Amino acid sequence: MSGGLYSMESKEFDKTLDLKQVKPYGDTMNDGKTQISFTLPVPAGNEAVEAAKQLLKKMGFENPLVVFYKELTPGYTFFNCYGSCTHTVDFTAIHVPKVESTTWSMDETDQYIKENIGRPIVVLGASTGTDAHTVGIDAIMNMKGYAGHYGLERYEMFDALNMGSQVLNEDFIAKAIELKADALLVSQTVTQKDVHIKNMVELVEMLEAEGLRDKVILVCGGPRITHELAKELGYDAGFGMNSYADDVASFIAQEMVKRKKK
Amino acid sequence: MQKSKLGIDFERVKYAKHIAGKIAGDVQKFVDGYTTVAVERTICRLLGIDGVDQNAVPLPNIVVDELHTAGILGEGVFFILGNAVIETGLTPQEIAENIAVGKLDLKAINVHSQEEVSAALKPFLDAAIKKIKDRRSKRENFIATVGEGAKPYLYVIVATGNIYEDVVQAQAAARQGADIIAVIRTTGQSLLDYVPYGATTEGFGGTYATQENFRIMRKALDEVGDEVKRYIRLCNYCSGLCMPEIAVMGALEGLDVMLNDALYGILFRDINMQRTLVDQYFSRVINGFAGVIINTGEDNYLTTADAFEEAHTVLSSDLINEQLALLAGLPEEQMGLGHAFEMDPQLKNGFLYELAQAQMTREIFPKAPLKYMPPTKFMTGNIFRGHIQDALFNQISIWTGQGIQLLGMLTEAIHTPFMSDRYLSIENAKYIFNNMHDIGNEVEFKDGGIIKERAKFVLDKSINLLENLEKEGLFTALEKGIFADIKRPKNGGKGLAGVTEKGSNYMNPFIDLMKNRK
Repeated sequence: MSGGLYSMESKEFDKTLDLKQVKPYGDTMNDGKTQISFTLPVPAGNEAVEAAKQLLKKMGFENPLVVFYKELTPGYTFFNCYGSCTHTVDFTAIHVPKVESTTWSMDETDQYIKENIGRPIVVLGASTGTDAHTVGIDAIMNMKGYAGHYGLERYEMFDALNMGSQVLNEDFIAKAIELKADALLVSQTVTQKDVHIKNMVELVEMLEAEGLRDKVILVCGGPRITHELAKELGYDAGFGMNSYADDVASFIAQEMVKRKKK
Repeated sequence: MQKSKLGIDFERVKYAKHIAGKIAGDVQKFVDGYTTVAVERTICRLLGIDGVDQNAVPLPNIVVDELHTAGILGEGVFFILGNAVIETGLTPQEIAENIAVGKLDLKAINVHSQEEVSAALKPFLDAAIKKIKDRRSKRENFIATVGEGAKPYLYVIVATGNIYEDVVQAQAAARQGADIIAVIRTTGQSLLDYVPYGATTEGFGGTYATQENFRIMRKALDEVGDEVKRYIRLCNYCSGLCMPEIAVMGALEGLDVMLNDALYGILFRDINMQRTLVDQYFSRVINGFAGVIINTGEDNYLTTADAFEEAHTVLSSDLINEQLALLAGLPEEQMGLGHAFEMDPQLKNGFLYELAQAQMTREIFPKAPLKYMPPTKFMTGNIFRGHIQDALFNQISIWTGQGIQLLGMLTEAIHTPFMSDRYLSIENAKYIFNNMHDIGNEVEFKDGGIIKERAKFVLDKSINLLENLEKEGLFTALEKGIFADIKRPKNGGKGLAGVTEKGSNYMNPFIDLMKNRK
């Protein structure tokens, strides 16, 4: 099954890095080595292994290797595979929209707000719609924060309120009006069947109907959210995986000042 | 006398349980004076009312809403339906159907004595009790004749949204070695003030809990149980606004494990505390009678609060939950009290602290099938490290003899489990459970060492907290944010409107028939 592991046969390929033609790296430049695992709805056996290999070739892998397979339940076989990717991408031509702000420490952001705004920024956050997960909004807002990054509640110059989970857009907006919120943070964790998109769009439409959209900084976050998606949906910024309170706080502070100058 | 591997002073444990008992007793005093729309709908279901009207409104809701709107819910649905049965000669189901089409007005029913009401409803009451008992003996018989898996039971979830797809996943998981299948509910069901009807194929992040879905899955698990020669337990969620209703549906359809924790609903679903504590009492009476293991949700505290610093809140809450369960007649053998492996993996000696916590929990609740939750908060998408985190979690479980092992998935925080994720996870647990099987009997802990000191520290801190809670009461503690750093007002949250003080005619004979009985 794993006869290729110790193969001395080596194919000739160019071993210099070319950012215009980037491919996966195993232990040699441009070897294209990739690990893949998947399940096929077929019974285990030689035919199943052959099916997996053929699929890998169609995915663009040379020398496909099935290193492990196991029938999980009758008619479903799981595979661990390796192959050499034949495709490349042009790294030099890539442009990903990013949130355009500099990430500062808590003290730096507090100081900046004191000097440039002169009052605490009011931030309202919630996990909206049917989403019951508070992990994301808690990580950004709660005093303790996440992974050593303090949340907005700990900032001297933020008045932060976390409404928790399953907050209706109506209630969220009502609270924003009551508190005269400067910024709204929407967290979306559950994303099955794109419920999050519908809910996020609805919020923008409701804010527009209330004439509030331009008066607030509207930010969203969650594991499946990108800045590009956020902009597309009518938000000012989107924060995905590996974003922390510092990123969000810095963005809000800088965006507030930018808008004041206009 | 129980011997502690941790040097725990069991006199202190006894004292802790004594205070927790007083806290629970105060709650019970409140609970005894009230009923809720969910409790009354449950009584409707026990009397045989089922089905929906032409607008898909469940008939128990039709009956109870009618009484609630008329302001007579405090008399209790049992008393009023009993009178209706006497006056009309119809069954409770027929009465409900007549109300649904506006042919019967319960407000206008003549009143008879409680004795006459009891007599009139006795056949329906007896039928319900018999059904539940039969269901329970069916389970016990299966286990006695075919067998079951060893503890810790391997618990996995299915969450496709489609009950028929769930069946495929659940049977696959059972063949791979799972002992308990939990069908995750669709997002938001806990906030519905009714239970949807019929088989369902659409859900978000889970599948609707309906009586028909329960039936479909029970049948599928019995089939696969016969095949793998193990009884496969079915778990669902007896929580949210329909706690006791789901309990009764589970009791009728042979569910084995139910998430059943008011504190969880209060903190994490913002359900009103008065509502859900009243609901919880009846649901636990039913679960106790049906032989259902309840799971409590303390592990969730650690998803918002820090697992190292707030470890004592988990123990305090377990102690209170144990006492609340005892008051509902639920035996210790059915208390799947919750705790979790949620400390930051970067914490130095974190494994030792987790070990201390798990061993301590084991010794304080010696008969309980403790529910041990896997790492979730610090699962990052690095599936390779995640698989190791789950392995450490499995080691602690076999070492300390946990009851129910909620298997961690390497893809936690990415997606609901693939079939292959479940396989890898079960393989991980089985490997460790077998390879380290007797480690708990072999290894002793050092006097004055990290593990023993930690256990003592957490127990002491937990007792301090209970002493404070006793002064303030549980309601005030929840208002102050003692658990999970979350504050909930006594009159806030969802479902308060469904709470009613019991009136002079109120009766619920099911409590006496089920509590502390088999």
